[in-house]
Amino acid sequence: MSTTLENLPTTAPRAPGPTARRPRPGGRHRRGAARWVVLGGAVLAALVVLAPMIIMALNAVKSPADYAQHGPLSIPTSLYVDGVVNFWTRVDFPTKLWNSFFISAVVAVAGCLLSLLNAYAIGVGRIRGRMWIVLLFLLANMLPQEALIYPLFDMARQVGLTNSQWSVIIIFTVIQSAFGTYLLASVLGTFPPALLEAAALDGAGRWRILWQVVFPIVRPTLMVLVIFFFIWTWNEFFIPLVMLTTNDTQTIPIALASLQGDRMMDAPTTNAGALVSLIPALLFFLLFQRTLTRGVTAGAVK
Amino acid sequence: MSAPPTPRVRRRRATSRAAWPAYLPYLVPGAALFVVVIGYPLVTNVYISLFSWRGGLAPLEWVGLANYAELWHDTDFWTSFQNSVAMIVAMVVVPTVIGLLLAAVLFDYLGRRFGGRVASVLRATFYLPQILPVAVAGVLWNWILNARTGALNEILRGLGVSDPPNWLGDPAFALPSVMLVLIWVQIGYPVVIFMAALQRVDPELYEAAELDGAGWWRRFRAITIPQIRPETFVVTLTCTVAALKVFGPIYVLTRGGPESSTLVPSYYSYLNFFDKSRVGYGAAVATVLTVVIIAVAVVMLALQRRAERREEVGR
Repeated sequence: MSTTLENLPTTAPRAPGPTARRPRPGGRHRRGAARWVVLGGAVLAALVVLAPMIIMALNAVKSPADYAQHGPLSIPTSLYVDGVVNFWTRVDFPTKLWNSFFISAVVAVAGCLLSLLNAYAIGVGRIRGRMWIVLLFLLANMLPQEALIYPLFDMARQVGLTNSQWSVIIIFTVIQSAFGTYLLASVLGTFPPALLEAAALDGAGRWRILWQVVFPIVRPTLMVLVIFFFIWTWNEFFIPLVMLTTNDTQTIPIALASLQGDRMMDAPTTNAGALVSLIPALLFFLLFQRTLTRGVTAGAVK
Repeated sequence: MSAPPTPRVRRRRATSRAAWPAYLPYLVPGAALFVVVIGYPLVTNVYISLFSWRGGLAPLEWVGLANYAELWHDTDFWTSFQNSVAMIVAMVVVPTVIGLLLAAVLFDYLGRRFGGRVASVLRATFYLPQILPVAVAGVLWNWILNARTGALNEILRGLGVSDPPNWLGDPAFALPSVMLVLIWVQIGYPVVIFMAALQRVDPELYEAAELDGAGWWRRFRAITIPQIRPETFVVTLTCTVAALKVFGPIYVLTRGGPESSTLVPSYYSYLNFFDKSRVGYGAAVATVLTVVIIAVAVVMLALQRRAERREEVGR
């Protein structure tokens, strides 16, 4: 049974690209047609996933009359930009874009810094009870935000941060760093002790070792964390929905969602709004795709 | 997670072990912020759940466990947790199973027969809904599924269906519709993680099995699934927690309706906090949800540890 296979070492060498494609006896010819069927199936599945987005893009630039006449699947007869313009001015998109960007960027950097400090104490400093601290951070990351929101909402009011982006920034810095600490602590737990000892022998203090020895080595992991924190904060919905109550402080997702009940929202405006709101995230994804896929993996193998 | 250190490493660290209090200052900012943003609010929330409170400056009225007693008889509360099971099916079970199959097909079958490029393009396509802000996905689907003007019903009417269903407005259709949207959103995450996991599986395992005459399905069951069990666990755990916490899609798609058919615990607590001004009751819902999530996570982590240990003993 499979037990014999399970007992083999799991940390196997990575598949070496083309050499792994050794021809199997007869395999290629026998499966000549089957592989096209499988490819067709996979492409079909990909198209199903893609379909809503294609429909969105088509109808973002289609006039209401055109939609009424030809339906959602037709190619627009002419380029209709009123939807985009309508959405852009209605939600004051540049303000929302800046709000989203500002909050996400500050959280990404501050959250990373906080994670690094925590992880340095836990992973390198080997603080006593570190197992419990890490577990605490891990569980904190799983808490439903509803269990924190009302007290946080109240506290923000007491310190004069009602409807302030800083309240959102502080909250997400801590929430994201809970995950960052968990991940970085396990990375720093395996930090080569020889390097630390050598630096200590050279007379470097703990603060200098952190920035001149540890930081440069974990920088790739930190970059992944920055990107993660940025995207996660960018996509956050619940806490900004509660904490940011006016047009000048809200983020893109909240602006889009609040337009929804509006009777004036026709199909092109809705789709243009979704399309325009998707573009920053898409650009970000394309820009950092390589780092990201590496990062998703880093998050999985703990 | 960190493996137990071997004796050699332990001896080496003996000198630095006594030095750990010197590292405490590095934990101070993190610990302080943690207490302010997570610890104190969490405890306060439990405290609030023992009161009847309309929020803001209104007086707090001590009711003890009355809020919890009321929850016990509240059908909406039970519906919301029943719907959580549906969310787990849509966000954990279906995506993990389909994701496993897709990842194996992409990596081990199509990747080898058509080259890595085809596999990575397909992977990126499946991952695309994941980068969509959840509110954007919700607004998009809300329009597609709209009974009167939505794309889906326009298409169905074009195909001759005279009376297409009201996907989000009919209690019989709303929950399945929401589940389909969530599957669509979720599917890319396991695909990407599992494909990365497959890269660390020794290809010789597959080759040996193939020489022994094992077909694709048999190799999938005997090699792929056991080899990437750690990643499967991480995906299952994180997605289960996410499914129990789900809020954004429900808020944007249905607001828990119609007739509470898509109500989930997080939305129910939000509703009590900010809509019904029943803050104590909302806090009680949030507290129960917290306990459920932590319990599920701890049980899953414990099961995983036991499985790991059993495997080590077997080795």
